Amino acid sequence: MIKTNGAHEAQSQNADTAEDSSVSKKRKIVIPGEIIVSGEDFLPSDGAKRIGNDIVASKFGLAEEAGRVIKVISITGAFIPRRNNVVIGRVTNITMNGWVLDIDSAQSGFLPIDASPHFINKNEMDQFLCIGDVIVAKIWSINQRGVDLSLDGNGLGKLEQGFLFRVSPNRVPRVIGREGSMINLIKEKTNCDITVGQNGWIWICGSTMDDEIKARKAVEFVTDKVYVEGLTEKMETWFQENQ
Amino acid sequence: MVDKIKRIDGRKANEMRKMYAKVGVIPNADGSAVFAFGETIAIAAVYGPRLLHPQHMQNPATGILRVNYDLFSFSVSDRKKPGPSRRSQEISKMTEHALAPVLDLKEFPNTVLDVQIYILQADAGTRTAGINAASLALAHAGIPMKDLISSVAIGKLDKDLVVDLTKAEEDFEGGEGPTDFPIAKVANSDEYTLLQLDGKISPSLVKEVLDLAEESCEEIYEVQKKALKEVVN
Repeated sequence: MIKTNGAHEAQSQNADTAEDSSVSKKRKIVIPGEIIVSGEDFLPSDGAKRIGNDIVASKFGLAEEAGRVIKVISITGAFIPRRNNVVIGRVTNITMNGWVLDIDSAQSGFLPIDASPHFINKNEMDQFLCIGDVIVAKIWSINQRGVDLSLDGNGLGKLEQGFLFRVSPNRVPRVIGREGSMINLIKEKTNCDITVGQNGWIWICGSTMDDEIKARKAVEFVTDKVYVEGLTEKMETWFQENQ
Repeated sequence: MVDKIKRIDGRKANEMRKMYAKVGVIPNADGSAVFAFGETIAIAAVYGPRLLHPQHMQNPATGILRVNYDLFSFSVSDRKKPGPSRRSQEISKMTEHALAPVLDLKEFPNTVLDVQIYILQADAGTRTAGINAASLALAHAGIPMKDLISSVAIGKLDKDLVVDLTKAEEDFEGGEGPTDFPIAKVANSDEYTLLQLDGKISPSLVKEVLDLAEESCEEIYEVQKKALKEVVN
């Protein structure tokens, strides 16, 4: 059961935070406590706050001015789960009413038994997912106890075959590209099935080992060059050079 | 008055040792940095926010900060026995208190932010170098912060105030003896998060010490700022 096609569509909704999503926006690196802009005309969003007449960065990252709204996008650091993120996780425990998953964040993910697409006998939950199995899931809600996951959506479900590796979660928007342009290019050129989790886990499955290795190299090419502009074109040249 | 003092390494009284800072030195950490005052080199790594164990230490209102400071056994001329000591535990706690006021961990309840500080080479001022490195590493990890922390040690050799003591100066044995006064300051405001004092100093001189610290912290802040902005290349 491999359901991956279209998984990135869900992710590309999150890709509007990608660094190459809009070239016209003004961007600069800011450090905590630095004044991004002054004046009454601006509104602070994520990672920024208003102190008196100034908009001040409250974390390190890229400050972005989108009209009147100022936000700071992290470029380093751990994965912070957000609602509707598509993540890849590994089952670490089976409880009475669901599965506990490691999604590489402070809180563990929880997939309730009702989330499975067909009826499951509570005594035989490992028929569907065993400890160590890897799934693609969507974050349904975040509460005090943890992160609740769901499998409702295109391309979500259990992953079999293929292989898994990690990149920095902050580089994920770049790997996906604007409306999935980058990931579609890599998929097309390598004939591999690729799923990118917002938590930085990437799953690749191709027909031959060579294709898979090439796809991984391509992804790592992107993650190495996070601050380069026009990366999709560079990727195309890379493929021509590495035929 | 400050210009007349002759220091062992020929520095002026208000002159710091050459500083060096770099972020992103540990690929496996969520944030990392090195900071050096001359021969003193500190390296800091931040892991998390991650789930806190033991569970009874978890705080459902906010995340907590946990700092571990230690000297590597080869960092000093007489091999230091590895492992935590009274001194390193005290400095860990003190660093925690110096950094916590600028952090905002309310977004991450029940979690811990682990900061590991190791001294690669010690030549006095290791705790201040450690705080500077940790402050950079925390910023690099994308943690919500009010500001950066800059830290420096002010010393007194006999009756003269000097900044950023070396080991040789710290061991000075003439006149009133040596005084070591480590200070940590919130970079863009007049708040101080650490004031320690080892030695003797008259209350009237403390004002002067704070003035010197403010001046030096500004210099340190510039170095820290440059290091963080250099991430993009």
